Amino acid sequence: MLEAIDLAARRGSSHLFSSLSFSVEPGCAMFVTGANGTGKTTLLRILAGLGAPFAGTVRWRGVDVAPFAQTLRDDVAYCGHLPALKDELTAEENLAALVTLTGESVAASKFRDALASVALERQARLPARALSQGQRRRLGLARLSLSRRPLWLLDEPATALDSAGIALLKRLLSGHLERGGCALVATHQPLELPANEVRALSLS
Amino acid sequence: MISEPTAATFQATAPASDSGAWAGVRWALARDLRLALRSRAELGVQLLFYVIVVSLFPLASTPERNQLALMGPGVLWVAALLASLLSLPRLFASDYADGTLEQIALSPYPLPALVSGKMIAHWLTTGLPVVILAPVLGLQYGIDGEAMAALAAALLIGTPILSLLGAIGAALTLGLRGGGSLLALLVLPLCVPVLIFGAGTVDAVHAGLGVTANLSLLGAGLLVAIVGAPLAASAAVRIALD
Amino acid sequence: MNFFRYSSPSTFYPLAGKLIPWFGWSALLLAIVGLWIGFGLAPTDFQQGEAYRIIFIHVASAWMSMFIYVVMAFWSALALGFNTRLSGMMAQALAPTGALMTFIALWTGALWGRPTWGTYWAWDARMTSELILLFLYFGVIALRNAIDDDRRADRACGVLALVGVVNIPIIYFSVQWWNTLHQGSSVSMVAAPKMAAIMLAGMLVMAIAVWFYSIAVVLMRVRCIILERERGVAWTGQLTEPGTI
Repeated sequence: MLEAIDLAARRGSSHLFSSLSFSVEPGCAMFVTGANGTGKTTLLRILAGLGAPFAGTVRWRGVDVAPFAQTLRDDVAYCGHLPALKDELTAEENLAALVTLTGESVAASKFRDALASVALERQARLPARALSQGQRRRLGLARLSLSRRPLWLLDEPATALDSAGIALLKRLLSGHLERGGCALVATHQPLELPANEVRALSLS
Repeated sequence: MISEPTAATFQATAPASDSGAWAGVRWALARDLRLALRSRAELGVQLLFYVIVVSLFPLASTPERNQLALMGPGVLWVAALLASLLSLPRLFASDYADGTLEQIALSPYPLPALVSGKMIAHWLTTGLPVVILAPVLGLQYGIDGEAMAALAAALLIGTPILSLLGAIGAALTLGLRGGGSLLALLVLPLCVPVLIFGAGTVDAVHAGLGVTANLSLLGAGLLVAIVGAPLAASAAVRIALD
Repeated sequence: MNFFRYSSPSTFYPLAGKLIPWFGWSALLLAIVGLWIGFGLAPTDFQQGEAYRIIFIHVASAWMSMFIYVVMAFWSALALGFNTRLSGMMAQALAPTGALMTFIALWTGALWGRPTWGTYWAWDARMTSELILLFLYFGVIALRNAIDDDRRADRACGVLALVGVVNIPIIYFSVQWWNTLHQGSSVSMVAAPKMAAIMLAGMLVMAIAVWFYSIAVVLMRVRCIILERERGVAWTGQLTEPGTI
């Protein structure tokens, strides 16, 4: 579904990677590993459509896509380094804002359910500035749990998560893959998803 | 064997383009207003800045009534411009810093619609209070009656233009060093026509010329800005995120 | 002849190198002729005496300052639309010369105003618009300096230049409107004296001289910019070989 053809990227004047080609099929997760600074985040941003690659093309559902293409914006759920939370809004308001931004219409009760599923029910009415790093990450997971988009691009989602959080992440990923979605996850260590097809891409 | 996601599993979430645009404006407007109301202190400080600047000019020149009446409209307008500039960096910077701007740019809603919502929120929290305060502050300069009504009308039409143009500058200077001053350098020359026609309404009243010309020109400028500024600002946001 | 083969920095670089001497020497020649006409041949003006002669420089640089902004906006539009590196480099090269022309126009205008009307600056429509144009140039240059990434700088300055070029007629119109309202008539601060044919000829010659000078200088600058931005690409390494321009 997602194909990268001959992708190359630069940061400033240094080349991060070049001639990178791969494809990710439905139900498949690809873990992108590599040391810091090797271009994992850049790759994810290019695939999400946030910027143009130095060379090469990205193909989604068989069609070449340019940065900010409508099809990418309809089908991609991108979770970057920063959890995209506003300090002044409560956890529930943040979740609602992020989900409605993607055009989904979700019943209000579903937000509470999603927060409960990530063990943040008690923090629902707290402003986001009162949440710890781990809790912010779990709020991001709640957002993913409500997402019905086929392509997930996750940038180091396991940061700051404890073992319960990581188990939750694995559950979400597995469920997503079983429904036929695909995912690219940038991470330092690959997560084990025994029931699903997993591939690894190393940038170095 | 996993098959292609079926329509049932992954609904196409893209709304129709026109309903998408309005929904985008509403989303951004509602969220930004809510954020502004939660930081009421900041808004208060901005308004206070406006009041103080307006009150400084007579102290620096003269309290003589005739001179003040001549200076007044210009001072009120320049102060409105400076107050707008003061709050512009925050328009996109906070979203840029916490990663929300990326999510906004990746939303299926048209980016110009989302940006417009933010611009409207900015005007409601910065420009509209200035318009409301102006008649009170105008008393310090001996502007009242018909002249004050004209000035308030001009500010009502002109301050949105300042927000619209300023947003372009804010988007262009996202994340750059020299932020606020650079923003001012970029935006102020573009605002000169608004300043001229806006402050000129009072002169027109005093000269007995009537305010239709000034207000129509400002109105035309507002329409052009409403159409063009969101597009330019969206382009600038995408450039900044690249 | 296929002009598109010059759209890459590596092919444009030697072309620019060949063109510079032609434009440079022509500019010098024309400037000598123009200044001789302006300061030597043209008659003393009845009203303004000798002081009016500075318009031979003032008008040429003022025209150039506006023309260069439009050309810069044109290259910016190409850079945004087609994402070509050379268009962005051309826009980058034009801004400083445009700013210089504006600066010269402002100073020569002030020097003209002093002996003729007794004041260096009188807030007339043209001079005020010229001042705002200088600020617009400074804005583009400042934005370029503030952005480290060349591609982002190309595109951001492109957007700014296009917003500016749309605003320039509006700004000029508003300033002129403001000025006529306050000065009471539509006479600008210093009106050019009635043009004898010889004066017109002198102004045109100076205008072309300044134009050729600008082209030569911009080409020189764009060559420097090309070298700076394309460093690390193979063809720049071969430039030190004898015989290359």
